[in-house]
Amino acid sequence: MTETINPENAASAEETGSYHDMDLLRFTTAGSVDDGKSTLIGRLLYDSKNTFDDQMEAVERSSRQRGDENVNLALLTDGLRAEREQGITIDVAYRYFATPKRKFIIADTPGHIQYTRNMVTGASTANLAIILVDARHGVIEQTCRHAFIADLLRIRHVVLAVNKMDLVDYSETVFNDIVEQFQQFASRLDNIVDLTAIPISALNGDNVVNKSSNTPWYHGPDLLYHLEHVYIGSDYNHVDARFPVQWVIRPHSNEHHDFRGYAGRVAGGVFKPGDDVVIQPSGFSSKIRSIETFSGPLEEAYAPLSVTVTLEDNIDVSRGDMIVKPNNPPNKGQDIEAMICWFSETKKLHPRGRYYLRHTTKEVKAIVSEIRYKVNINTLHKIEDSPEFGLNEIGRVCIRTSAPLLYDSYRRNRSTGSFILIDEQTNETVAAGMIR
Amino acid sequence: MHSYTVNHLEQLEAEAIFVLRETAAQFEKPVLLFSGGKDSIVMAHLARKAFHPARLPFPLMHVDTGHNFPETIVYRDKFVDEARAELIVASVQESIDKGRVVEEKGPNASRNALQTVTLLDAVEANQFDAALGGARRDEEKARAKERFFSHRDDFGQWDPKNQRPELWNLFNGRKHHGEHFRVFPLSNWTEMDVWQYIRKEEIELPSLYFAHEREVISRGGTWLAVTEFITVAADETPVNKQVRFRTIGDATCTGAVESGADSLDAIIHEVAIARQTERGTRADDKRSETAMEDRKKEGYF
Repeated sequence: MTETINPENAASAEETGSYHDMDLLRFTTAGSVDDGKSTLIGRLLYDSKNTFDDQMEAVERSSRQRGDENVNLALLTDGLRAEREQGITIDVAYRYFATPKRKFIIADTPGHIQYTRNMVTGASTANLAIILVDARHGVIEQTCRHAFIADLLRIRHVVLAVNKMDLVDYSETVFNDIVEQFQQFASRLDNIVDLTAIPISALNGDNVVNKSSNTPWYHGPDLLYHLEHVYIGSDYNHVDARFPVQWVIRPHSNEHHDFRGYAGRVAGGVFKPGDDVVIQPSGFSSKIRSIETFSGPLEEAYAPLSVTVTLEDNIDVSRGDMIVKPNNPPNKGQDIEAMICWFSETKKLHPRGRYYLRHTTKEVKAIVSEIRYKVNINTLHKIEDSPEFGLNEIGRVCIRTSAPLLYDSYRRNRSTGSFILIDEQTNETVAAGMIR
Repeated sequence: MHSYTVNHLEQLEAEAIFVLRETAAQFEKPVLLFSGGKDSIVMAHLARKAFHPARLPFPLMHVDTGHNFPETIVYRDKFVDEARAELIVASVQESIDKGRVVEEKGPNASRNALQTVTLLDAVEANQFDAALGGARRDEEKARAKERFFSHRDDFGQWDPKNQRPELWNLFNGRKHHGEHFRVFPLSNWTEMDVWQYIRKEEIELPSLYFAHEREVISRGGTWLAVTEFITVAADETPVNKQVRFRTIGDATCTGAVESGADSLDAIIHEVAIARQTERGTRADDKRSETAMEDRKKEGYF
């Protein structure tokens, strides 16, 4: 497995000028234990020439020590000592690779017991989810769970990767049956707008970075081609103007004596100098004077850029406030209804439980006023009359906050529609919430 | 229709600036760890952007092993001056003199591991509650599981099995008295991203990163610079080579690579075709399979 410098790779280096215009695709991978998830990621990294000689040497060494017959590409994604000892993945790990077309960030989430918590975490920042199924087993309970979580976290693009096609003789019928089963389940989900099914063998590399001659009946793209070309431009909200103020910049210097800038990251919509704006929750009106950056003023700012806004009027604005447009305000209130996923291993969620709630750049106190229902994430059935929530459980709750939140529904805006709950005693992050 | 495209460097920049501002907002006394290496230079540059036109709302701190390349110190002082920033130097030599740590012996002796004690002592003495570091997840396998906001207990230790889940852009910096956080704004950057960004922003770097002639010895598969801090063994022969450094750390364990890359474009080309990870030149990582994981648990950067 020794390799000399690959001419393709050298060619891409010649084009590094074009690297500047690459965009970024964040994706997450979901599969149950032994679906070949680590092997798939290892294969993507290896076949797209994103592995290094010293990494491969380490993997070859470990493979030999473990007595593996071939070089075990799954070891490329191995992390902590305990994981290597037990042959499992404990935590979300992030992997990076690039082709001349795109840069990719993979949230690699483990398939065992803490799965839900980890997949929810990985999915929260992903544009796309790869859901792996074993061609021999088809759509199983866990596949439905993965699809449900992808949908819950509003991942619009899903790849159903039917793996281990080599073990079912690359059968078109097997593949089509699995796709049909999956579509039946996915039709009950709302947010997945783009589903692509690909027959692969991660072990042998079929349809991973090259079209395979073993599946002549398959006319779609190979996995990497799809990842390089899937259109994700519309994933941000460029309609509803939302600017949560993160930090107030006051230089107090002679040069910038009266400068007062509001620093933050645009969470939605487009802001331009001259725009009429309203500061929430105070309700004061003003106009944008300028949009400042270190490199000079901008003519417009949109998600997800980090900028500094100055206003025409000298009004009181602080962290946690939100700058919005007059005709398009966010919701404002102290009572919210949300889907939450519970993360704590040691504590359960009880009705009347008290937490800190962190939403955009604001932190408030919160009390769970009602547990509406839990969801059986394998069947999508609602379970009502549940007195409490435990680790990895998902359901709908009502929350009352100590101060008004400025929010949108999570479906409309991931930034202004999401929150976390923090335990008052332990400071642990105990839940993720998506506002209805 | 207007396309609101944001390329990968702009996205990474926006994310890093968000994390830097969040650190200033959520903590009482943050500090930015500045080694003079390219990652900490990029992080400090991003910090200037985040709070412009104001000065940095936190000091820079250099954990100084005393085994520096002189170029690093010249660069550091110039940067601090230009940014009108405050600099704190935490000295490993002082930790040794005070008996807090004992210097390693032998030809491979390095002060790398000793830095942890100096760092934790400085964090405690200055009552810093967040230390910003330039580490990236792509550097090393233990780092791949690191959070942006990484919790440390009151012994400064990292517990990889018990990390807080991190979702969306919501960072939980709540802590008990005596605990602190490590914050890594460059978590999602790769070595290539850092170089491309340096070129795009025209950030000045220490000359060590560019190809130059230097006296080196071959040790442990890398070229180590012959300096007053290393002992050349009888069977080692110093040679003159055209080299450059891919990372800059302690002079005793940071290896150079043979290279003719004397410009950013040439370096980017070299990074694109490189067959070794950048930490492949770090003797400190080669001590064992889990060298980095073990050091991180103790409170290393």
